[in-house]
This record gives sequence, structure tokens and C-alpha cells, in this order.
Amino acid sequence: MRDNPLLALLVTFAPLSLASIGGGLSILSDIQHQSVDVHHWLTQAQFLDDFGISRAAPGPNTLIVTLIGWQVAGWAGAAVASLAIFVPSSVLVYGLARLWRRYRGAPWQAKIERGLAPIAAGLILAGALNVLRTADGGWLAWAVAGVSTLALLRYQRLSPFLLLGLGALVFAAANLLA
Amino acid sequence: MTESTDQPPPKLTTLFSAFLNIGLTSFGGGLSGWMHREFVARRRWMSEADFLSGLAMAQAMPGVNVVNLAIWIGFALRGSAGAALAVTGVLAAPIVVIILIGVVYGRYGGLTSVHAVLAGVTAAAVGLSLTLGWRAARRAAGEPGSLVILLATFATVGMMQWPMLPVVAVLVPLSLILAFRRGAR
Repeated sequence: MRDNPLLALLVTFAPLSLASIGGGLSILSDIQHQSVDVHHWLTQAQFLDDFGISRAAPGPNTLIVTLIGWQVAGWAGAAVASLAIFVPSSVLVYGLARLWRRYRGAPWQAKIERGLAPIAAGLILAGALNVLRTADGGWLAWAVAGVSTLALLRYQRLSPFLLLGLGALVFAAANLLA
Repeated sequence: MTESTDQPPPKLTTLFSAFLNIGLTSFGGGLSGWMHREFVARRRWMSEADFLSGLAMAQAMPGVNVVNLAIWIGFALRGSAGAALAVTGVLAAPIVVIILIGVVYGRYGGLTSVHAVLAGVTAAAVGLSLTLGWRAARRAAGEPGSLVILLATFATVGMMQWPMLPVVAVLVPLSLILAFRRGAR
């Protein structure tokens, strides 16, 4: 296994796919442990760089796995790592979606959805808080996030792109002044 | 998962390009927020209630929430082909882009301005998550019991930073029992 990096990526990340209940961030520390401590694919500093990139880049943060795969074994590594982290859970969700359609309108379905809704909402808000807590920029990050939230709630049709650009500008300016 | 909007289901090509577009533009994360804007607010492909139900299911299942949500929405709108195109669309571009950014960062990563720009984008994108979280919370917290569950989730995972898995393992059954008892009355 150790001499085949692609296989190592596969058997490392595929189980994490099914363990990632509540979202990709729940397995971040496992990804870190496996990549840094167990397989020595990257140093701790490299991992933190990758984490920053995966947060700012488009797409889910879990694509940090893609980046790690690429650093380990090029494009093939990126492909294998991505498939390993996304396919197992996706197959499961697809199966559930089919089941949900088959029993559409059943009373228990609405009850399950209503039972899960407050937890989903709580986890989204908690996730946002956790991003801010570990964000670079301290109070500036909180301020930018706050303004961005108020603007999006107030102006439904506002392009988020504009806000992301402004956030980048504010941080770049603060960096120049510092 | 009902199609309770006035819109006919989108063509597969339209569906794919919509997800591709979200994948490509969602700098800083917050993809569920982007999807809500695109599919509920702008294109009106689904109702807010259906979207938030899908979001709750996507959160409850293993896997990346936004990938699960893409599969859920794609399947609701256009069946299996829709699910496959949605997940491909939302991941294809970001997979390429993150590697390109990795390459650039490897070259210019020492520059603090690059670092600052990435952090600024991430901070602004939190607004998308908070906006969606606010909407989901307003809808989910109609009942006192639900509000308690919501606050308990946020307080433990968000404020006290307890590990998510045990919290969810306790709160999900509790919340489901509440929901079923409510329905029985």
C-alpha cells in the first residue's frame, strides 16, 4: 500500500466519505491526521495553507482532499482523492432521494423533514461561527461577514460576487496599511 | 420533495449549466447559500420549503452537504440524470480551479497580499451561509420545541465547540421524537 500512492489515497479517503456526517468539516481533523501524521504527505504548515486555499476557492472546502491528492500524485491523485471522498456518500444520498420519491407525501416523511430542520439550521449557523472563529483578520473578518450578511438579507438580488470582491479589497487594503 | 412552483422542470442542459455556474463562482464557500439564491430566489425552480427540506436531509446524511444537496435538488428536478449532472456540474470546475490556485499559491504564497485576499473572500462568503442559516432558522423554529433544538445545536457545536457527531447523535432522535409526537396530536 505504501508504494502505491493512488491506492493509499483511496483507502484513506473513501471511509472518511461515509464518516462525514454533518458535513465535510466534521472530518477535517481526520484528513489532517491521516495526511500529516500517518502518511506524511504534507507538513502541518502545508496543510494549513491548503486549508486556507480550499476555503477561499470555489466549491466545497472538502476539496482540500483534491488538493492533497494532487500534491501526492498529480492529476491522477487529484481524481482518485476526489472520487474517494465524494462517491461513497453520494451513492447513499442518491439511494435516499429515490426512497424519498417513492414514498412522497407520506406523513412520516414530512415529520422527519420537520424534525431534522432545526438541527440543519443550527449546524449551518454553527459552521459559519466556526469559520469566523478560525478566520484570519480577527475583528475585520467578523465585520466583513456581518456587513455581507446584512446586505444579502436586505437586497435579495444583490450579486454575492460583488461582496466577495469587496471583502478581498478590504482585506488587501488592511494588509497594505498594516 | 414536491415540485410546488409554477415553473416547468428545467432542461438537463440548463440544470447542468446552472450547477456548473455555481461551482465556478462560489469563491469562499457558502454553496448552499448560492444554490438557494439561484434555484429558489432567482429561477424559482423549487419552493423555499422544498429547498430547506432538502437541505435538512443533505445535512443529516454522510458526505459533503453541498454535494448531497446538489444530488437531492438534481434528482427532485430531473431524476437520476439530473442528480448526476448536478453533482458533476457543481464539482467539475472547482476541482480544476483549486489545483490552479494551489499552483499559483505555491509560487506566490509567500506574499501576504495573496493570503489577505483569500481571507477576505472567505470572510465575505460567510455572509451567504449566515443568510441561509437565518432563513432556515426562521422557518424551522416555528414550534417552541424546534427552537430549543435549534438553539441547543448552535450553542453546543457553534459556541462551545463540542464535537458534532455525539451532539447530533443525541439531538436528532430527540428532535424526531418531538416532530412525531407533534404530528400525532
